[in-house]
Amino acid sequence: MSERSTLRLVILAVLVVSLMGTLVARLSYLQLVAGDTYRAAAANNSTREVVTPAVRGLILDQRGRPIVANRISLVVSIDRIALSREEDKGEDAINRLAQALGRSPEGIKDRLTACGQEGAAKPPVCWDGSPYQPVPVAKDVDPETALAIMERRAEFPGVIAQLEAVREYPEPFDANMAHLLGYVGPVSQEQLDAQADSSDLARLRSRDLVGRNGLESQYDTVLRGIPGVTTLAVDTAGRVTGTISETEPVPGNYVVTHIDAHLQAVVERELEAAVERARSLGNAGNSGAAVVIDVRTGGILAMASYPTYDPNLWVGGISKRDYDELLESRALSSNAVQGTFPPGSTFKPITTVAAAKEGYNLSGIYDCPSTYEVGSQTFRNFESEGFGPISFQRALEVSCNTVFYRLADEMWLKAGGNAATVDAADPIAEAAAAFGLGRVTGVDLPGEAPGLVAGRTEKLKTWENRRDNWCSDAKEGFPSVRETRPELADYYTALAKENCLDGFRWRNGDAINASIGQGDTAVTPLQLAMVYAAIANGGSIYRPHLAKALVSSSGEVLQEIEPEVTSRIDDEVTLAFMRNALAGVTTDGTGQSSFEGFPLDEIPIASKTGSAQVFGADTTISWFGSFAPADDPRYAVVMMVTEGGTGSGTSGPSIRAIYESLFGVTGGSVNPRKSVLIDGAPSDLLPVVRADGTPVVPGTTGATP
Amino acid sequence: MSSQLESGAPRYVGAHAEDRQSYWRRVDWWLVISAAALSGGSAVFVWSGSRADLAPADDPQYFLVRHLINALIGIVLALLVSRIDFRLIRAYTPVIYVLAVLSILMVFTPLGTTIAGARAWVSLPGGFTLQTSELAKVAIILVMALILAEKRDAEDGPRDRDVFLALVLAAVPIGLVFLQNDTGTALVMLVVVVTIVAVSGARRIWIVGLIGGGIAAAVVALQVGLIQEYQLARLTSFLSPEGAEDAAAYNATQARIAIGGGGMFGRGLFQGPQTQGNFVPVNESDFIFTVIAEEAGFFGAIVCLALFGVVLWRGLRIALGADDLFGRLVATGVVAWLGFQAFENLGMAMGIMPITGVPLPFVSYGGSSMFASWIALGLLVNVQVHTAANPSSGRT
Repeated sequence: MSERSTLRLVILAVLVVSLMGTLVARLSYLQLVAGDTYRAAAANNSTREVVTPAVRGLILDQRGRPIVANRISLVVSIDRIALSREEDKGEDAINRLAQALGRSPEGIKDRLTACGQEGAAKPPVCWDGSPYQPVPVAKDVDPETALAIMERRAEFPGVIAQLEAVREYPEPFDANMAHLLGYVGPVSQEQLDAQADSSDLARLRSRDLVGRNGLESQYDTVLRGIPGVTTLAVDTAGRVTGTISETEPVPGNYVVTHIDAHLQAVVERELEAAVERARSLGNAGNSGAAVVIDVRTGGILAMASYPTYDPNLWVGGISKRDYDELLESRALSSNAVQGTFPPGSTFKPITTVAAAKEGYNLSGIYDCPSTYEVGSQTFRNFESEGFGPISFQRALEVSCNTVFYRLADEMWLKAGGNAATVDAADPIAEAAAAFGLGRVTGVDLPGEAPGLVAGRTEKLKTWENRRDNWCSDAKEGFPSVRETRPELADYYTALAKENCLDGFRWRNGDAINASIGQGDTAVTPLQLAMVYAAIANGGSIYRPHLAKALVSSSGEVLQEIEPEVTSRIDDEVTLAFMRNALAGVTTDGTGQSSFEGFPLDEIPIASKTGSAQVFGADTTISWFGSFAPADDPRYAVVMMVTEGGTGSGTSGPSIRAIYESLFGVTGGSVNPRKSVLIDGAPSDLLPVVRADGTPVVPGTTGATP
Repeated sequence: MSSQLESGAPRYVGAHAEDRQSYWRRVDWWLVISAAALSGGSAVFVWSGSRADLAPADDPQYFLVRHLINALIGIVLALLVSRIDFRLIRAYTPVIYVLAVLSILMVFTPLGTTIAGARAWVSLPGGFTLQTSELAKVAIILVMALILAEKRDAEDGPRDRDVFLALVLAAVPIGLVFLQNDTGTALVMLVVVVTIVAVSGARRIWIVGLIGGGIAAAVVALQVGLIQEYQLARLTSFLSPEGAEDAAAYNATQARIAIGGGGMFGRGLFQGPQTQGNFVPVNESDFIFTVIAEEAGFFGAIVCLALFGVVLWRGLRIALGADDLFGRLVATGVVAWLGFQAFENLGMAMGIMPITGVPLPFVSYGGSSMFASWIALGLLVNVQVHTAANPSSGRT
C-alpha cells in the first residue's frame, strides 16, 4: 500500500472529523443557544384560527319591535397590504374601482388612509381599524358590479367583494332614534391593543365591528356575542391537517328598551314641529330635544334630539362628504343628554323646594312687583309685568320672577351675604343638587354631560381658572374694541377689573339669577325631565334607563334592569303642593294657552314653562317641563328648543300633542285605546322572543328580525 | 449411507463451523451495532413523523412497521454482501456496473416515476418504487476501485489512462442522475469519485483538476444559462431563508424552528409541535433529523451524530487496515458516500447546506436508501473480514 494513499486517507479522516465538528457546533447553536427563539417561533406556527363572526344582537322597543336589526349586504373592501404590493401602489386599481362604483378615487383614498397618517382625513372617514383588516369602501353594491369586479380580479388587485351582515335600522313608524341607537364601526387599534394578550374567545379581533355610540356602544359586550373559532393545524402548504378545537358562534344578546317606537315617532315629529313653530315665529330654532319618562320607573319611553341624521350613513363606513355634512349640521351629538342649557323658569320648582326648606310658607302671600332692585341693579319680571300680592301657587302659575328674586336675596343674606365663606349655606344650589343637577344622571348612554349648578363653589372655581385672563384684560383695556367703541371698552374694562379683584364672590345678583334658572346653571333636557319625574312620583330621582332587559337570542330573559333610585327629596308636603300648583299652571297660568280645549278635568297636566336667556343669543330657549296626570302621575315630558322663543308659544303645543298621543285624546274626549301605547300604558311585561330569535311583534302575525 | 456421511462430515462441518465462527468473530461489531442502532432507533421517529399525515388513519404504526421491515431486509442484504467471496465481487463488478447503468436508464422509460421533482424512481410490480441511483452508488464505487486497483505502472498510483477510464465510467451514471434532476445524489457521487481517485494515489493534478473542473463547470453552466437564476437562488436560499419566499426556503425555516425548538431535552415523543403540525415536509424521510432533534432534543440528536461518528470511524479504520488496494478503495468509497450524504442531509436540516433531497443513511424512511446503506455496510464488513482473514495483514 502506497504512502501517498495512506496519507490521503488520513486527510480524509481529518475532513470527516471537521465536518462532524461543524454539525455538532451548528446543532449546539440551534438547540442550546437559540432554542428559546425557535421555541417561540414554533408556538406561533402551528395553528390558524378561522373566525366565524357572531350575529350581533337586536335592539327591541318595549313591545318587541326591532329598532336595530341585521341584513345581508354586498360589501366591497380593499386589502391595503395587497394593494401596497402593486408597483403603482394600487393607483390604477383604485381608479378602476372608483369608476366601477361611480365614486371619486379621492374619496376611496381618503377611506384607505390610516387616521393620524400625514394627509389623512378626519376620523371616521379615515381608517382607524386594524392595519391588517380589509377596509370596506362601499356597501350595498349591486350584484352585477360586484360580479364584474370579482371576475376581473387581475384588474382589481386587493379588492374583495363579499356578503356581510350589516346593521339595519327598520325605523318602525318612521322613528329615527339615531342618537339613542348609535352605530357600529371597525374596532380601533387602541381597543385591540388594550386587551393585549387576551386569549378569551370573546376578545375583539381585527375584523370586528364594535358599537361606537349610543346603545350600540353602551351595550356592545351584550350585543356582540362570541365568535365561533375553529383552530386548525396547518402544514407548510397551508393545507389543513386537522382540527384542534371548534366552537360554534354564540349570537349576541338582545337589548329590550323602554322605548316605544310609536311614541318615539310622535315625539320626534312633535319636536320637529316645535322647531318649525319657532322658525315660523321668526326665531332661529337651531336645535332641540324632547324626553318622555315613565315617572314610576325612570324608564325612557321616548327621547329625541334635533337635528338628527340617518343612521344608515354609518353602515359599511361613512363617506367623507356625508361626514362633513354631519359635522356641519351639528347633528351628531344628542342635545337631550349631551347638550347643557340654562333651564330658565322651569327651575322655579327647585327654588320653591329650597324656600320651603328654609321655612317660607307656601300658603302665604308674596308681593309680585314688576321689578326688584338690588343696589344699583334692577331685576325685571318677564315683560316687566307686575301682579301685586299673590299666593305662592299664583307666583308659579304666572311665573313671577320678582317673588323668587326676593326669596333668593333673603336666603343669600341669611347665609352671610357678601361676607359668606365658600362653604356657607346655599339652599337653592343644595336643592338643585338634591334633584340630581350638576352631575350625570347615569343614563345608559355614553358621553352624558353633567351640567352645572351655579353657587359659591362653582364661582370660586371659575374665578381661579379665569382670573389671569380677567386681570390682564383689565390691564390692557380691550384695545381692539377701543378703536371703534371706546365707551364699550370702558364698560368691559370695568367688568374685567371687578371680576379680576372680586370675581370669586357669590353676590346677591348671582343668587337672584340662580333662583330663576339663569346665570351659570345649566342642565340637560334629560336631567330636567328627571326633576319633573321626581316631583311627580313623590321625590324619587331615578337613574333614567333605556334598557329594560337583556334577552338571549333564543328568548331567555337574562337580566331585567330594575328601576334604581339615586337620591330622594323627602318633602312630600312641598311636592304635593307643587303637583297642585303646576297643574294650576296649565289651567290658569303660562301653560294655559297650550292646553286650550284639552280635557284637563279628566287628565290634569302639571306643567311649567321656561324662556331662558342665553348670552349672545337673539332669543330665549323655549322650555316646557311637565308631568301627567297631575293627581296620579305616570309620564314626565320635557321639551326645549334653542333660540325658540317662549316655552308656551313654541314647545307648548308639541307637549300637548304628545300627551294627546299618550292618553288617546281626540277633540275633547279621552279614549285610551287610541293611545299610541298599546293598551294605553307602558308595557309591564317583556316582549317575547321566539327560540329562533324572532321577536313577537304586536299587530303582526310574523316577525321581522 | 448415513455412516458414510457421518464419517466424512465432521471435517467438512468442522471447517465450515470454524469458518463461520471466525466470520462472526472478525465482524466489526462497533460498526454493525452502531448502524443497527441508527436503523432501529430511527423507527420511533419515522413513526412520529408519519402518524400525523402520511399514515392511514386506522393504522398509525404503518410506517413504523414498514421501516423496521426495510431495516431487516437491509441487514439481511448486508449479511449476504459481507459473505460473498471477495474475488467474486471483483469478477462481477463489470456486470453490476452495466446493470446499474441500465437500471438508471429505466427511469427514463414509462416505468420511471417523478417524486419530489426528481425523476429518480422506477415503479416495480406490487406498488413498490425503487430509487435506482442509490444502487448506482455501489456500482460506481466498485467499478472505480476495480480499475484503479489494477495494473500499476508505478508503485505510487494508478496510470493516468486508468484514472481517465475510471472517471469516464463514473461519469455515465452521474450524468444520468444529473439528468434526472437529482442534484443531491449526483453531488454525493462526485464526492465519492474525487475521494476514491485521491486515495487511489493518483497524481495530485487529477484531484486539483476534478475539484477545479467542477467549480469551473458550475460557473460556466450558470453563465450560459444552463442553470437558471432561480435554481441558484434556491440553492443559496438556505443562507437567509427568512427573506426568501421559495418553498425550499420555507422548508429550511420550518426545519430550523423544529430543531431549535427541541432545546436541550426535546419536546418528548409525539409532542413536537413542528413535527405533529406537519410544518416540516417529508419528516419521515429527508427531514427525519428534525423529528429526532425536536422530540429527543440535543441529547437525542448528539446520540444520532455519535452513532454516525462511530460508523465513519470504523469505516476509516477498515480502509486504513485493508491489505489490498481494491478493498481499501471500496471502504474509502463507502465512507465518503455515507459521510458526505449524512453531512449533506444533516446540514440541510440545520440550514448550513442547500436543500437537496438526499436521505439520511440508515435513518430515513425508504427502502432504496435503507437497502443501499446496508449494502454499503456489507461491503465494509466484507473488506474487514477479508483483511482479518488474511494472515499477512496486520492491524493498523
